[in-house]
Amino acid sequence: MASYILRRLFIGVGVLLISSVLVFVLVAASGDPLALLRQNPLTPPATIHARAVQLHLFDPLWQRYWIWFSHVLRGDFGLNVNNISVGHQLHLKAIVTARMVILSVVLAIVLAISVGVIAALRHDTIVDRTTSVVNFIFLSVPVFVIGLVLKTFVAVPIDQHFHRVVLATAGEQNPLATGNFFQRFPDYLSHSLLPTMTLVLATYSSWAIYQRSTVLDVMDSDYVRLARAKGISPRRVLLRHILRNALIPVTTIIALDFAGLLGGAVITETVYGWNGLGRFFLDGVNGQDTNVVLAYLLLTATIVILFNLVADILYGVLDPRIRYGKS
Amino acid sequence: MTNPPIEVPETSANIVSADGMDFEARGQWAMVLRRFLHNGQAMTGLVGFTVMLLVSGVYTALYPNQFSQLSTSYNQGPSAAHIFGTNGIGIDMLAQILKGILQDLQVAVLVAAMSVVIGTLVGAFAGYYGGKIDNLLMRFVDLVLVIPVLVVLIMLAHIVAQQADNWFYLAIIIGALSWTYIARLVRAEFLSLRERDFVEASRALGASDWRIISRHMIPNAIGPIIVNATITVAGAIVLEATLSYLGLGIQPPAVSLGLLIEQGQSAATTEYWLFVYPAAFLLALIVSVFFIGDGLRAALDPRKNRVRS
Repeated sequence: MASYILRRLFIGVGVLLISSVLVFVLVAASGDPLALLRQNPLTPPATIHARAVQLHLFDPLWQRYWIWFSHVLRGDFGLNVNNISVGHQLHLKAIVTARMVILSVVLAIVLAISVGVIAALRHDTIVDRTTSVVNFIFLSVPVFVIGLVLKTFVAVPIDQHFHRVVLATAGEQNPLATGNFFQRFPDYLSHSLLPTMTLVLATYSSWAIYQRSTVLDVMDSDYVRLARAKGISPRRVLLRHILRNALIPVTTIIALDFAGLLGGAVITETVYGWNGLGRFFLDGVNGQDTNVVLAYLLLTATIVILFNLVADILYGVLDPRIRYGKS
Repeated sequence: MTNPPIEVPETSANIVSADGMDFEARGQWAMVLRRFLHNGQAMTGLVGFTVMLLVSGVYTALYPNQFSQLSTSYNQGPSAAHIFGTNGIGIDMLAQILKGILQDLQVAVLVAAMSVVIGTLVGAFAGYYGGKIDNLLMRFVDLVLVIPVLVVLIMLAHIVAQQADNWFYLAIIIGALSWTYIARLVRAEFLSLRERDFVEASRALGASDWRIISRHMIPNAIGPIIVNATITVAGAIVLEATLSYLGLGIQPPAVSLGLLIEQGQSAATTEYWLFVYPAAFLLALIVSVFFIGDGLRAALDPRKNRVRS
């Protein structure tokens, strides 16, 4: 097991390195970080030249990559085009995004498993058909549409009704809020409720559909029929025989979908004006800020690789039949 | 029904007489068609999709410039003259929505075509040859999957966002990132197909690798490929709409549903028609494609539908 994890981590680092090279080339080739500076006719050419030297724009691509990479090895991610440390910003914004993503994942897992299991247990009834259509609708509707609908048709009417901001629709917190965590908690809640809901609704549906079909598969199996034939109570069959087996495959799907979830977080942050990683990344792309984009991608890719690894390990723990040896 | 319905070409068409072969083939596909036609959800999707496609196609052919036609009725709500209202510069929303549907489908179909071709070829070579080629191709697929598709798309779309009439470039970059799922699926199918007797038989008859792949194995994997092509269409519509919402997708004066939603969102509480109708049609379009795809899956693989207990 330990050698398996080590080998996977080793491969993961390799994949990270290769993808960072690809992304570096892509971002560096895609535009001019000084475009904004050049647009201003009053900027002296010497200033532009100095900035270009400072950003190593005259150096060959591999050398620029190496400069960036040596910064990563030292634990910082260089400076952005405005000479602010990227590593520090990344840290602040990651906390904001994590607040939304972690809560959303937990809620989405609970919702997906409940909906999937209930739909499967009541298959071919009105409950199953209704949840199936609802799942399909949430599978189809893009994240930004969910966000905009909740913002416009839930938050605005409620706020208008109470004549004060109950559900905030802009920003991750009130910038004027003071006090310790508990005093600020109502403010966090007001700002987090809708974005979290958006991400949950955008995420849960595919997991719920998958959960329903795995429960149906297990219910169809011989060992469940044997358990029933032996006269084990339906409750015990459900808990010990069906759920124990049906909850295993969905863990992999959830972990593999984590990349998509982070993409959804970018959109949700844009809709609700959160100052998180998504905004950080989008601003970086729009400003041709190589270091910002690279830092975001390196973080995202690391998270995705770790989650895939966790999924595989968890799979082995949950299902004793799976053993990782030498492949 | 012990055989999957798609195994028709298994008995090589060259050996069996053409007539018998045709009859058999029609029988299998007729059953798939029958199952699809009897699936209420799938038919709802198909009818909805066809109506949207036909209406928008016919309307756009009849009034090709209506979607950019200015008028003096600014910000009018739904009325007899403009059933979905008009926007701030007096353009009819119905005309824009119909044009947007066509634009979305144009992108989505190109993406699906690209994904099917690239995905099938990569998956087929990986699954058929195995070993080093398989390892190389699948590690490449892993690499594509490490970074969220949307994030890579945002970077690439930023490059082509300035191009005039950029739907084509958008479709190419979405397509270049959407084929990995089909590739994995075709590879998995090929891993089991290549052990089958009919592949062995073709090889014994001296068929080349390419002939075995293209004439014998791909036809046997066509069911899952078709199903996932429809899912790719739906996914491409979502991705294009999302990029347009971020201002990186279809650029004005061209129209897409995502762009209309982006333009209408700020006025959504007062001029609801600018936001609600494009959003509703976007949802209807994607749901209908998903319903068709789900219906095809159920029709092509009836074994998955049966539930005992």
